[in-house]
Amino acid sequence: MNDAFGRPQSMVVLAGTSEIARAVVRRALADRCRTVVLAGRNPAALAVAAGEAVAAGADAVPTVLFDACDPAGARDAVDRCFAAAGGDVDAVVMAVGELGDQRTDETDPERTAAVLTVNFTWPATAMVAVAAHLRAQGHGRLVVLSSVAGVRVRRANFVYGSSKAGLDAFSVGLGEALRGSGAGVTVVRPGFVRTKMTLGRPEAPFATTPDVVARAITDGLGSGAAVVWAPGLLRWVFAVLKNLPTTIWRRLPG
Amino acid sequence: MGEGRLLTGWGRTSPSWARVVAPGDTGELSAELSGGRAGASGSASTTRIIARGLGRSYGDAAQCAGGTVIDVGRLSDIGPIDPESGLVTVGGGTSLQHLLERSLLEGWFVPVTPGTRQVSIGGAIAADVHGKNHHHDGSFCGHVTSLTLSTPTGIIQTGPALDPELFWATAGGMGLTGVVTDATVRMTPVETSRMLVDTERFTDLDGVMAAMEEGDAGYRYSVAWVDTAAGRKRAGRSVLTRGDHAAIDDLPASLRSRPLEAPRPARLRVRQTAPSGLLNAATVAAFNAAWYHRAPRRRTGELQDMATFFHPLDGVDGWNRLYGPRGFLQYQFAVGPHRGDVVHQAIRLLADGGTPSFLAVLKRFGPGDPGPLSFPIEGWTLALDLPLGPPELARATDQLDEMVAQAGGRVYLAKDARLRPELIQVMYPRLDELQEVRERVDPSGLLCSDLSRRLGMDRARIER
Repeated sequence: MNDAFGRPQSMVVLAGTSEIARAVVRRALADRCRTVVLAGRNPAALAVAAGEAVAAGADAVPTVLFDACDPAGARDAVDRCFAAAGGDVDAVVMAVGELGDQRTDETDPERTAAVLTVNFTWPATAMVAVAAHLRAQGHGRLVVLSSVAGVRVRRANFVYGSSKAGLDAFSVGLGEALRGSGAGVTVVRPGFVRTKMTLGRPEAPFATTPDVVARAITDGLGSGAAVVWAPGLLRWVFAVLKNLPTTIWRRLPG
Repeated sequence: MGEGRLLTGWGRTSPSWARVVAPGDTGELSAELSGGRAGASGSASTTRIIARGLGRSYGDAAQCAGGTVIDVGRLSDIGPIDPESGLVTVGGGTSLQHLLERSLLEGWFVPVTPGTRQVSIGGAIAADVHGKNHHHDGSFCGHVTSLTLSTPTGIIQTGPALDPELFWATAGGMGLTGVVTDATVRMTPVETSRMLVDTERFTDLDGVMAAMEEGDAGYRYSVAWVDTAAGRKRAGRSVLTRGDHAAIDDLPASLRSRPLEAPRPARLRVRQTAPSGLLNAATVAAFNAAWYHRAPRRRTGELQDMATFFHPLDGVDGWNRLYGPRGFLQYQFAVGPHRGDVVHQAIRLLADGGTPSFLAVLKRFGPGDPGPLSFPIEGWTLALDLPLGPPELARATDQLDEMVAQAGGRVYLAKDARLRPELIQVMYPRLDELQEVRERVDPSGLLCSDLSRRLGMDRARIER
């Protein structure tokens, strides 16, 4: 059960090998969390992340395999995660997504479909399955990793950006649908995060680290906020950027 | 059938959803306890049930996420009060407010009252509540001569002499042994509905604690309010109020014709949740300073009405909304008579940490009763109201736990919303006695609450 500070005791992480996901797990384990289920695509990477979680104090860390290119399998993957937790799940972290490669993603229709599937269709399908579990539990929180790239989509990464825009809007809507059910959704909008996924890419202003994002996530669990920005300053930066005239927006670097 | 509702405790943290049913009699209640309906989704294999009275537990004791919550409000019959013994049999859902409205006019007061009349008899037993007279009269269950408990294995009559293991496991057992459908309580005779009160003000904690150690024995009721928000230098200044029921002779002639009056319901009501941050370090400090300076340095023999003395907050319905949308914590601990140092440390921790307490209440407990989970132990108890918001609060309360546990003390489960589960067994070393009784009356593990699940009290009984 979550306590008054929203500190979970059990957690499911979808895409549990990402750096942000692992930072969230570390933070949760330093508090009340004891049960962690890690789901992902790569068994070897999952085993490493699970070992790390056990070393950080988790009782047991079952792992679940899934393929984010296959939305038809999303419900089954979520069911297996909840079964592996062996009881109620206090927090679910949806960290599934890929940055893609804009140049091929905007010209190769199959790549476009692949990015939209991994970043939007699979997560949205899985989140509907998660919501059903949380409704039945009568409590629990779903944390969705969105991105500022979806807040106002740029020319330079509009395939990724639009997929996150869709996911972001879907998550906010799901959160509204869950009002009164005891379950809730927190949408996290990080800026540029220095991780393996972004290695070698030009850094955007207000670049941040997985630990800062993890902190924003656990703070969001505590306050029950519907939307969390990481770093927090980006909320105000994007309040301005969103309303810039397109002619100026187009000329911004990055 | 019942309808689904989102429930929280009085502190308004950690909401969870449950099906709420309000049985009108023990037959309907038994059907719920033996029916074992499947959870709303079908995915949950166990149905969970817990009773709820007036929702005044601060944390998650009367919530049951995804399960069934029994609202006992309709089990509220009040039997005749025996004019000789003061014994009265009342339904588990009866509030102290309703009982007092009836009993005071006949010259009977409840043997123990917490800081509000808005608690049910069942809740008073499940939390084994205490009042300002604990050093003199013990806690609530010491005045219960028998009770009827609806359990998944049937309806059981129990009392201190009849199945004492079950009775004392129920006293302070947070509803985990069953639903109290009625109880027989020994009331306290009073000549008037007024109190004769002495008030004293102290500039520091040492002063007030010494006065309580020396003088409490001379008073039936005693409690001190402590300023924790005045900064390091003044933190600990206190107002001590002590008293007893006034006799007819204590009243001025003008009041003697009507010595007994029933308590009035709340006159003010908070409808809207206050904006977050209304209660911050500055406003809390200002409130505390005003409270301190309003009190006289010393005043004896003041006549107060009962509500002012026992239930000052009952005048404002829904006062918990003043704490804003994030709610608040109550943190109450008890330590032994020689561990007053923990009280000092706790107040210093809050004064230093930027996590001020809106109200801090200090009291000396007398010996505890035999309940394995009954909170009071002989010594000191301090209760703190802590608005959620300061980022240091989670850590500060974890630190308080460690201090209390190391001193052999415990926190009050009726107020808990955040204890580290590993500490429950340390603070309540006789937890196993409760578990044995639960095994007997509820072998399938139907009875559990968000509190019992959060603290791992159902582990090895149910899934986790």
